[in-house]
Amino acid sequence: MTAPTDLLLATEQAPDALAPVAASGVFVLIAVMILVPLVSSALLVLGDGPRFDLADKRGHLLGTAASLASFVIGVVLFVTLLGRDAGDRSIEQNLFAWIHVGGFQVDMTFLYDPLSALFVLLITGVGTLIHVYSIGYMEHDPRRRRFFGFLNLFIAAMLTLVLAGDYLVLFLGWEGVGLASYLLIGFWQHKQSAAVAAKKAFVVNRVGDVGLALAIMLMFAQLGTTSFVGVAEGIEQVSSGTATALGLLLLLGACGKSAQVPLQSWLLDAMEGPTPVSALIHAATMVTAGVYLVVRSNFIYEGTEAARTAVVVVGLVTLIAGAWIGCAKDDIKKALAGSTMSQIGYMMLAAGLGPAGYAYAIFHLITHGFFKANMFLGAGSVMHGMDDEVDMRRYGGLARLMPLTFGTFAMGYLAIIGFPGFSGFFSKDRIIEAAFAENVFVGIAAALGAGVTAFYMTRLMIMTFLSSRRWKENAHPHESPAVMTAPLVVLAVASVLGGFLVLGGWISDWLTPVTGYETHELAVPAWVFSVGITVLVAIGVAVAWATYGRRDVPSTAPEKVSFVTRAGRRDLYGDAVNEAVLMRPGDQATRGLAVFDRIGVDGAVRAVTGGIGATSSLLRRAQTGFVRSYSLTIFGGALIVLVAVLAVNLA
Amino acid sequence: MTDHYITLSLLLFTIGAVGVLVRRNAIVVFMCVELMLNATNLAFVTFARAHGNLDGQIAAFLVMVVAAAEVVVGLAIIVSIFRTRRSASVDDASLLKY
Repeated sequence: MTAPTDLLLATEQAPDALAPVAASGVFVLIAVMILVPLVSSALLVLGDGPRFDLADKRGHLLGTAASLASFVIGVVLFVTLLGRDAGDRSIEQNLFAWIHVGGFQVDMTFLYDPLSALFVLLITGVGTLIHVYSIGYMEHDPRRRRFFGFLNLFIAAMLTLVLAGDYLVLFLGWEGVGLASYLLIGFWQHKQSAAVAAKKAFVVNRVGDVGLALAIMLMFAQLGTTSFVGVAEGIEQVSSGTATALGLLLLLGACGKSAQVPLQSWLLDAMEGPTPVSALIHAATMVTAGVYLVVRSNFIYEGTEAARTAVVVVGLVTLIAGAWIGCAKDDIKKALAGSTMSQIGYMMLAAGLGPAGYAYAIFHLITHGFFKANMFLGAGSVMHGMDDEVDMRRYGGLARLMPLTFGTFAMGYLAIIGFPGFSGFFSKDRIIEAAFAENVFVGIAAALGAGVTAFYMTRLMIMTFLSSRRWKENAHPHESPAVMTAPLVVLAVASVLGGFLVLGGWISDWLTPVTGYETHELAVPAWVFSVGITVLVAIGVAVAWATYGRRDVPSTAPEKVSFVTRAGRRDLYGDAVNEAVLMRPGDQATRGLAVFDRIGVDGAVRAVTGGIGATSSLLRRAQTGFVRSYSLTIFGGALIVLVAVLAVNLA
Repeated sequence: MTDHYITLSLLLFTIGAVGVLVRRNAIVVFMCVELMLNATNLAFVTFARAHGNLDGQIAAFLVMVVAAAEVVVGLAIIVSIFRTRRSASVDDASLLKY
């Protein structure tokens, strides 16, 4: 499968059929990359008792080292992959036959190709930085060792997810990250709100997981295999209805994991977890797994226009809903969470555009991983200095006191709003352009989203770092220790430079063997879009400045606000809808069933037993205890038998 | 000829049965049971004679053996009840009931 390199210059290209070569040489380290954090996690979580005092003191170093080791392996493999021909960059490592029943065989296979390679670097790179940051952030937590154990578990599961060569192995990682997310959201389980948020995230994710599980079952039923290679080969033979069903089921799974409408409600509550968790899992990596799933399944979406349209619609709706929520929240982490939803909406939208958008979906995913992790960690640094205050209305004027946090946060800010030259400028522009090429209304909505993004991020910046000081009494803001600011600096640099991945079309060339690529036709030159979007962004910034920068920000949220704000504060009534549509009817149904059980089922059983009891208490009166009456009964019986025998004989 | 023996057997059996039903003294009831058994024995022997084989006679022997064993057990029970309750009335021994 060596595609001549000159083919890459063609404007339209289908992905090469997946034809991975067996892992050899340095690529045998693929499994090691997963095993190292997994073993470390087991040591940190399961080890207990007095002999593990050392682990309590040094456990965080083990956890960080494990993540770093995976990152180093990831870099080595990536460099090796770079040195190979474009058509040769798909490596498969088959560890053992996992399930082998009749004609159904699932191998524990890992697939390392350009798409996985980028994810591995993002997960382990950002993951390691966040491990380092957590050393400082969780310093005073008595359960820090356990926290690092869970983080390592997450890294191992997420790597399994992106390296899987089979949908069932992917599902293993998928559930693993769900478990890690649950454990980490509820890490401060003594807080009722955290415990409830963890449960909510778990339950909502189960809804999506059912979709993914059904998709895998459907693959097995229709194709007899669940490996990427097998499905990609067989998908051409199945009916278009099956392909659409597969696409929609996978989309349902993606919606759950990536907090897309209608399964978005858990992400905002998930901010109850420690901030490094929000940065790693609920911003940079895990929530983008849905986008990965859609891009990875490009061979399925290729054959189904309907499912692709559904992906676009879901992305677009989430993009706008997330931005709306981001505008209304006063909790800094929830505002960022709304923004995360919105940005993942962009990625979904791009992924729904087909080969024209896959590369840009992944590109935006990576730049977003950098700048959003940067900003979440920055928010954590602010909270660290403000005694865990999260209400932005009690911040203000922190720029001078936390110069490093402010400086790095500003890089993330400029990146997300798409300031020219920063990474978000490149990645978001490409998506909006591709959206315009697909459908002008989708494009307009995506462009407006960019303006709204600029508004809410500027609002967040002004309320936190600029404007007047509205601190609570006893607040003594201070810059965070170096162990926390160093990762911020690295991520800030990545936020600035991440956009250069697209220069010379590198990212799309790199991903072409996996996803294919086609350039989009635009009616007007690309720079017109860039200028137009930048103008929209400037308007968003200006509006935010006029609203929050030039006037004093009240230190409590205003009560009299428009419906738009009220809806945004209440997460666009997502919870209310879930309660009205699912919870209440469910409650009623269970209550009805309980009544039916009590009256119908239990009633019937009780009536039968009661009847039998009453009859037997009547019958037992015959047992008088008088021997002579018994003998009369015996004689009577004998007489009846005699008469019957005679009657039969005489007849 | 045979009819007379059968009629006698019937009479004896009926007397025994009525005795079992109407008398209260356990000893008398017991004797009436013996009367019934012997009535059947008479019937057995009569039919053996009528059919000209030994089946009925063997059955009669069997009944006698069983009756003898029954007398041993039954009398023992009656005596022990009489000792504890100072009464041989079957109607008094009516504790085992509903």
